[in-house]
Amino acid sequence: MTPRADWIPPALLLAIALAGLALIGNPSTWVTLTVAGLAMGLLIFTMSSGLTLVFGLMDVMNFAHGLFIAVGAYVAASVMKLFSAAAGSESFLANVGALAAAMLAAIVIAGLLGLFFERVIIKPVYGQHLKQILITTGGLIVAEQLIHVLWGPDLLPLPRPSTLRGSFLIGDMAIEKYRLVAVVLGLAIFGAMMVVLNRTRIGLLIRAGVENKEMVEAMGYRIRRLFVGVFVAGSALAGLGGALWGMYQESVTVAIGAQMMVLIFIVIIIGGLGSVGGCFVGALLVGLVANYVGYLSPKIALGSNILLMVLVLLWRPQGLYPMNRQ
Amino acid sequence: MAGRPVPDALLALKGVHTHIGRYHILQGVDLAVPRGELTMLLGRNGAGKTTALRTIIALWRASKGSIRFETNDIASWQTPAIADLGIAYVPESMGIFTRLTVRENLLLAARRGPPDETRLEWIFRFFAPMKKFWHLPAGLLSGGQKQMLAISRAMVEPRKLVLIDEPTKGLAPAIINNLIEALTELKNTGTTVLMVEQNFHAARSLGDSVAVMDAGRIVHSGRMADLAEDKALQNHLLGLSLESHQ
Repeated sequence: MTPRADWIPPALLLAIALAGLALIGNPSTWVTLTVAGLAMGLLIFTMSSGLTLVFGLMDVMNFAHGLFIAVGAYVAASVMKLFSAAAGSESFLANVGALAAAMLAAIVIAGLLGLFFERVIIKPVYGQHLKQILITTGGLIVAEQLIHVLWGPDLLPLPRPSTLRGSFLIGDMAIEKYRLVAVVLGLAIFGAMMVVLNRTRIGLLIRAGVENKEMVEAMGYRIRRLFVGVFVAGSALAGLGGALWGMYQESVTVAIGAQMMVLIFIVIIIGGLGSVGGCFVGALLVGLVANYVGYLSPKIALGSNILLMVLVLLWRPQGLYPMNRQ
Repeated sequence: MAGRPVPDALLALKGVHTHIGRYHILQGVDLAVPRGELTMLLGRNGAGKTTALRTIIALWRASKGSIRFETNDIASWQTPAIADLGIAYVPESMGIFTRLTVRENLLLAARRGPPDETRLEWIFRFFAPMKKFWHLPAGLLSGGQKQMLAISRAMVEPRKLVLIDEPTKGLAPAIINNLIEALTELKNTGTTVLMVEQNFHAARSLGDSVAVMDAGRIVHSGRMADLAEDKALQNHLLGLSLESHQ
């Protein structure tokens, strides 16, 4: 007897892509929009994967997750400014170096901030959802004001390294180089997460903890230590996502985190709370739908993802991949 | 009747109280679990048997009293630290990880490294489906097979004490016999077992000693054989204090 994988959600992704092709008509426009949608989806996945695990493991509702996104973007902007000569040069290696430094700084600072946030803000309110919502929302507001103090209230430029500007032209198709980089990075992050979750003991513990944390503790594992690790990793990934998203938009404002949170919540709800695979498929759905609808009917683009969430929940009320949590 | 002195108790509860919310569930439990024996914890629904097991493993906290395991008073310890002492817990819900395979469930239960092959073969002798469905997600197993997996997890490494909550509940007689055989073998390895059970046939087959709970207290403790022989005592204990629940 072999386990049956649920291929319906990925098939839905393919169906939406094909429906997009039929509605858009022009294949080159469709390819451009599809790459943009995949890049957007993979960046949202990078930002949201940690949050879905945090909820799955400890039932923690962290409304301040956007803070790590904003800090990651601001740190990246500062580092890119510091390395502006390398980022602006024509040398590919110098560009990669500047980009890597910005990404690394965003990961480290957001991760450390995540550690502080978990110990000081989250830990006192374990198991108290209402207090979690209030305190994390309050924490986000305070942190946004601190960002104002540190970086000022103005929009901050976050230019892409020079070799990542512009597009590849293949026939009629124009594919932005940076979007391809975002797709490759997003897939690499997803692949790494899958390896950790499915091939390591830590991953085994995380998957077990999402389903039944009480039983994991009864087996002798310290689930809270595991949770702190996941929280820090999730914050670091959100910081990385924020840096990449800021570069995607080529500017950063303090509202970047709060703006992304709407999409992130849609993605983790669509995916099924605690499911990394669901979060991945949900993020790609959101990215593709946002881009296709934005092109076909810009007036309803804003509501398209809410509509998508409603339709998915009508079909599968606990998300694409429900976690059977106990 | 409570608190019959037992010379070598691996686990001893004294005056243990447990509150869950505003409910006072355990109301001064005195219980001694002899080393190397299988102790049955019997009692009517709502007597506090499950709460007693969960309090021992600290999934619910004792509000008063002492829980001594070997030389340690573990009443204020955290669950993982208690498990580290060599205590395994099989809850009534079985607590298996449905999205993990049978292999992964057992891998996680083996704290000292990969499961020992000889021990696995020993487990497969009683629970052949575990070998057959080694790579199958545990959620796809039948109810009886899930219970086999839950007990296999407790057996995958040598333990000092195994706490088992109603393992025969809802199972077919053939599977119950299978479980009795496995638990007998586990007992023969010298493992101490504290087991909550409603099935009197299973309790009589397996139990060395017995404690009976009612209304959050131990109301009888003694040898299982004595209780099995004494119909009057059985009727007395199993029908006891019905009025207190009215």
